[in-house]
Amino acid sequence: MFGFLDRERTVAGPGFNRWMIPPAALCIHLCIGQVYALSVFNMPMTKLVGITESVPSDWLLTEIGWMYTLAIVFLGLSAAFFGRWVEEGGPRRAMFTAGMCWSSGFLVSALGVYLHNIWLIYLGYGVLGGIGLGLGYISPVSTLIKWFPDRPGMATGMAIMGFGGGAFLASPLSVWLMEVFRTDTNVGVAGAFVGLGCIYFVFAMVGATIVRVPAEGWKPAGWQPPAIPKKLTTTANVHVNVAWKTPQFWCIWVVLCMNVTAGIGVLGQASVMSQEMFGLTVAAGAGFVGVLSLSNMLGRIFWASLSDVIGRKNTYFCFFIIGIALYALVPQTGALGSVLLFVICSAVILTMYGGGFATVPAYLKDMFGTKYVGAIHGRLLTAWAVAGVLGPVLVNYIRQYQIDVVGIPPAQAYNTTMYIMAGLLVVGLIANSLIKPVDPKYHLAEES
Amino acid sequence: MSSDSQGKTTGFQLLLAWVFVGVPLAWGLYQTVLKAAPIFN
Repeated sequence: MFGFLDRERTVAGPGFNRWMIPPAALCIHLCIGQVYALSVFNMPMTKLVGITESVPSDWLLTEIGWMYTLAIVFLGLSAAFFGRWVEEGGPRRAMFTAGMCWSSGFLVSALGVYLHNIWLIYLGYGVLGGIGLGLGYISPVSTLIKWFPDRPGMATGMAIMGFGGGAFLASPLSVWLMEVFRTDTNVGVAGAFVGLGCIYFVFAMVGATIVRVPAEGWKPAGWQPPAIPKKLTTTANVHVNVAWKTPQFWCIWVVLCMNVTAGIGVLGQASVMSQEMFGLTVAAGAGFVGVLSLSNMLGRIFWASLSDVIGRKNTYFCFFIIGIALYALVPQTGALGSVLLFVICSAVILTMYGGGFATVPAYLKDMFGTKYVGAIHGRLLTAWAVAGVLGPVLVNYIRQYQIDVVGIPPAQAYNTTMYIMAGLLVVGLIANSLIKPVDPKYHLAEES
Repeated sequence: MSSDSQGKTTGFQLLLAWVFVGVPLAWGLYQTVLKAAPIFN
């Protein structure tokens, strides 16, 4: 019944145009990028019973916050555990499954809202949705790398840019859907969830239908692999079960974790930070978050494409060296009272946050080959899960400590945090400098 | 191999695929730029 999902059925014929693959990948990443815009449901979900204001039987923000946390945890777990299944089953099966999980997660959550049962929400968005997130995130990565061996950074950058872009789409779409389904006795969240589930199902299925894998031995017309491979680019393959035992895997893990932790530290607090440091209005603070979201998305395609030219290691050196300088500069912008300089520093930092996500699949391909890159990428995403906890905790707790214990005014409470973030980037810089080619003893036997 | 994977890609198919993802992405981008505008006022 599901034979059309088999890898064999997705092998492209001779006339297939590889530029069909980025839109296929974008179909799934635009869906799952919604997770970045989940917060638009926060306030309405605290008024499901009271409608105009929260009443004691309504859910608390802390309870609703678990939706996001669970989804990110299950993203990491599913990417790590099902990475090999994704690789072996092919992109269509993975994208189809991801779309089913992601969409049904919304439908189960809608039922949870309708019955006012928070556990159904956790099961729907957190568990089912989280699995859809993990599978959807890694499913097109290795396919893109195989179709674009000449520009792997740009190719994966395009897909992962879609993940950033998914939030742009989801935020206004969710607000509009809630308006459509709102009545005097209903805040419209359940209807919006059903609407999103249906829209995302269509998108994911379109992506799964048009995705193809290249035939064995296929190469872009006129392209020849470099006669002398770059020092950090292997032509061999490392098995996923072996890759995580190499020091290179853990160095890249630290590189990603530090880069993401530092970025999340700014992204999660951007609006409050701008208001406390510069006295911006709430509307301007929201605008600042919009600028950061744009930077996050554009950085993904810019830095990943640049990495095809200057190399992955050098790209991460740029992230860390420029990042350290900018994090150290942010407190000075507060002292100078320069909003413009603050916005520029933060925007550049966010381009490198997004760029870190988008460049890492190509970095893994360079180090471990293309055969298991999707599965290895899945395991590496545990670094994201760790950073997702570490970043906000560092910013929130240090800020609170500075205000409550040290007695620093709120406007200056972020200075120490920024210096700590710069310190994390120093750790990332060291880890990146330690990355050397993988020892041939780890290569797959028939190729070593 | 099934016939569904044998077809040659036409220019129309390619355009359709990019429009399908490009239009919603562009709309979302436009909305975000509108939201970001107050920071420059």
